[in-house]
Formats: sequence, C-alpha cells, structure tokens
Amino acid sequence: MANPDRKLSRLTAVAALLLARTAGADVLPDDRADLFYSKYNGGGMDITGKSVAVRKKVSEQLSFEGDYFVDTVSGASVDVLTSASKIHDQRTQKGITANYIRDKTEYTASYTNSVEDDYISNTSHFGLSQDMFGDLTTVTLGFTSSRNRVGEHGAAGTTWLGHAYSLSYQAGVSQILTKSLITGLSFEVNTDQGYLANPYRSIRYLDNSPGNTKGYGLGAQVYPGTHTSNAVALRAKYYLPYRAAISGSYRFYSDTWGVRANTFELGYTQPVRNRWIFEGRVRYYKQGHASFYSDLFPFAGSQNFMARDKELAASTNLMLDVKATYAFLPNGWKVFKRATVTADVSRIRYKYGDFRNIKNYGLPQYAPGSEPLYHFDATVIQLYMSMFF
Amino acid sequence: MRRSGLAFIGMALALGGCTNLQPWVKPYQRDRLADPIMSWDRDAVSAAYMDHVQEVREGARGATGAAGGGCGCN
Repeated sequence: MANPDRKLSRLTAVAALLLARTAGADVLPDDRADLFYSKYNGGGMDITGKSVAVRKKVSEQLSFEGDYFVDTVSGASVDVLTSASKIHDQRTQKGITANYIRDKTEYTASYTNSVEDDYISNTSHFGLSQDMFGDLTTVTLGFTSSRNRVGEHGAAGTTWLGHAYSLSYQAGVSQILTKSLITGLSFEVNTDQGYLANPYRSIRYLDNSPGNTKGYGLGAQVYPGTHTSNAVALRAKYYLPYRAAISGSYRFYSDTWGVRANTFELGYTQPVRNRWIFEGRVRYYKQGHASFYSDLFPFAGSQNFMARDKELAASTNLMLDVKATYAFLPNGWKVFKRATVTADVSRIRYKYGDFRNIKNYGLPQYAPGSEPLYHFDATVIQLYMSMFF
Repeated sequence: MRRSGLAFIGMALALGGCTNLQPWVKPYQRDRLADPIMSWDRDAVSAAYMDHVQEVREGARGATGAAGGGCGCN
C-alpha cells in the first residue's frame, strides 16, 4: 500500500538515530523490552500498529536489539479516493540493531526490512556518537542507505513499477551549556533517485469537452527522477527551578522540488511523586508548495512535471499532544528492575492552502478550482509498556 | 577598526585552542541533566512512530533527532 507509507523506509533511519542517541556514550543503557500499540484515525485513514522490541547486552560494550512491527491500514485518503478505491493492507517490518561502545565512542549499525503488497524496503544504517570536552559535547554522524521496490496493487495483483534509492547523511552536536540547559543542533541531507511518485494519486486538469460532467479530467502524475533535501534543526531543554522541564525546537527545511517548511515545537514535562510523568506538547508546521504542484492544471501535459499530492501542497498543521507515564514495580519483579506504562494522545488539525476537496464538492455548485479547500482532523493514540531488566 | 577586531577574535580563538578546555559544568553538577525528564526522547519507539506520522503527511523530512545524549551522566 504505497499511499501513506511511501516514506516508511525513513522510519528505520529515524529509529536507528533515536537508538543511537538514547544510548549515551560510555555505558550502554539497561536491557529493555517494549510492547507498543498505536492507532491513527483521520482523513479517511485508519491505521493500527503493534510492535515489540527487545534490547539486550551481551557484554559491557556490545548490545543487540531486535524489533518486529506490524501495521494494518484500511480506508484511503481523499486524493486517492478521487481515482482509486479504498484499500486494505498490512505492512510487516523486521529490524536488528547493534550498538558497540569503546571509550567515548558509540557505534550503531542496523538493518531493516519492510514488506507490504506493493512496497518492499531494505534499509541499512551506520552511525557513531562521540563524547568530548569533559562530556559536555556529543557529536553524532550517521549514514543511511535504502533500496525500495515500488508497485501498484490492483485487482490482478501487484504491478511493479520501479525502484527508488535513498541516501541520507546526518550530523549533529549536543551541547550542555549550564547545569540546567542542554541544546542540540542537527543537520540532515537526503537524496532520492528513481520512481518517486505515488501511483495511486492523480493530477487534475481543466477539461470542458462535451459530455464531461465534472469539468475536469484526471491523469497520471509525473515526478522528477531525483530529489534532494536539507533540514537543519535547533532545540533546547531547560530544567526549571522546581522539578520540571520546558523544551523548544525549530526546524527549517528546503528541497530541490521547491518546498520550504518551518516547524516550531514547545513542550512541558512535570513529574509527580516519582511515579508519574506528565507531558504536554504543541507543534506547529507550515510549508509552501512544490514548484510542479497544482490543484488544477490548465490542460493535460501542460508541464514536464506535474503533481497533485497533497503532501506537496501549501499547508499548515497544528498538533496538541498529552502524555502520561506511570512507573511501577519500583522494587523489581523477577528479572525486571522496573517498568513503565505510557498513554499518549495527540490531536492534529491539517489545513491546505491550495488543495481542494473534489470528492465531496463539484458541479453545478462548484466550478473546477472553486471547491472548498481541504482540511481534516486526526487523532493519534499510543499505548506502550516498557520493562527494564 | 573592524579588521583589527576580527584579528583579535581570531587570535583569541587560536590561543584558546592551545589551552585545555575545562568542562564548566562539573560531573557532580549534572544531577538535573541526569533526571529522566531532561531526556530528549525517553521512548525511542514512540518518538520514531510520531516522526513517521508527521513525515508521511508533510513535505519536510529529516533532522528530527538530537545529536547524542550529551549529558555525560552515566
């Protein structure tokens, strides 16, 4: 199912980076097992995910992690519904990660395989993290390579359309500034090559030919064969005079398709009696449209490259997130030293500046190009339990 | 004036590179930074999932992770 999961392979890279950063240099973190459940509902999509991850040290310097993730997708987003039917699909992801520590340096290597009916992804990642300047500074470097096979699922089965190759280079520094303030600067370059379009989505163009009751026609998207992006992010976290923390971040993004985006985030963390941690987060995102994006092209073939993916339209979204974590088994139980259970609920409102809702509106009330702009709300629920041993 | 100021800054940086940089936050002063509430993301699986939720619905991608722990608290 290519629609929402076109970028799934990147999840692996992010996960690998997160694993690298949660494991501070010098000492490997505690062994850990995570059971994770997630549910996304919004914009016509219903996605349920379940995963299990186990990390285990085999020595003081070396640990391995295995993870298994399954998500089930039903429904289809509004732009898919304009030219295709609803979909039901399942994705299975398996990954293994190794962490090795030597003095002040930690090395991370991971490999992930993700399979669904119309998309197969294999991703490799290598990263290192180095503490320096009295452990006040941590420098991280990473490299990720992904090879993806892209297909389209139909009544007769899957038609494989081509491959997409991705390379990603990450660099960052984390810096302690005071005994209450830590900051981080991250930079990432991504390059993609190959079949980059979404085969389930269509462009729209004006068509006033007799017998066309809609006033527009639909056609295949034509994407460039390459894509390069840069992102830089700065963030900080501050320990308040009482036991609580505030955080803030900003990210700037630009790419060769003409998309520019800004992301702002603020967070607050409040522990209660050593058993609870409550967190709240606000995130605001804004982007401009890609240079070859249009909601309505003047005629078929009017440009070399044409897209109507709403992810390439001008848009904003605002997310509110609340999260509660409860620590139990403070004295341990059998092999477990401690455990936590977490509930996390996010509400996100997506608004589009030049993507119109043509599924629910059309002639005679709405001429092509005058339909209401599309917007939708999404709810994301996460429940997970972490056991440390 | 501006050129001499730049030269002074450059010289200061060069000389600074010849001295041992002392950590201005000592290990025994890092109890706050070692508190779990100061972790960038305590739960890697959840953080990766939310990054994914946002990334597939937005044009932007990347630079979502902080570099290293940096705490030196272990």
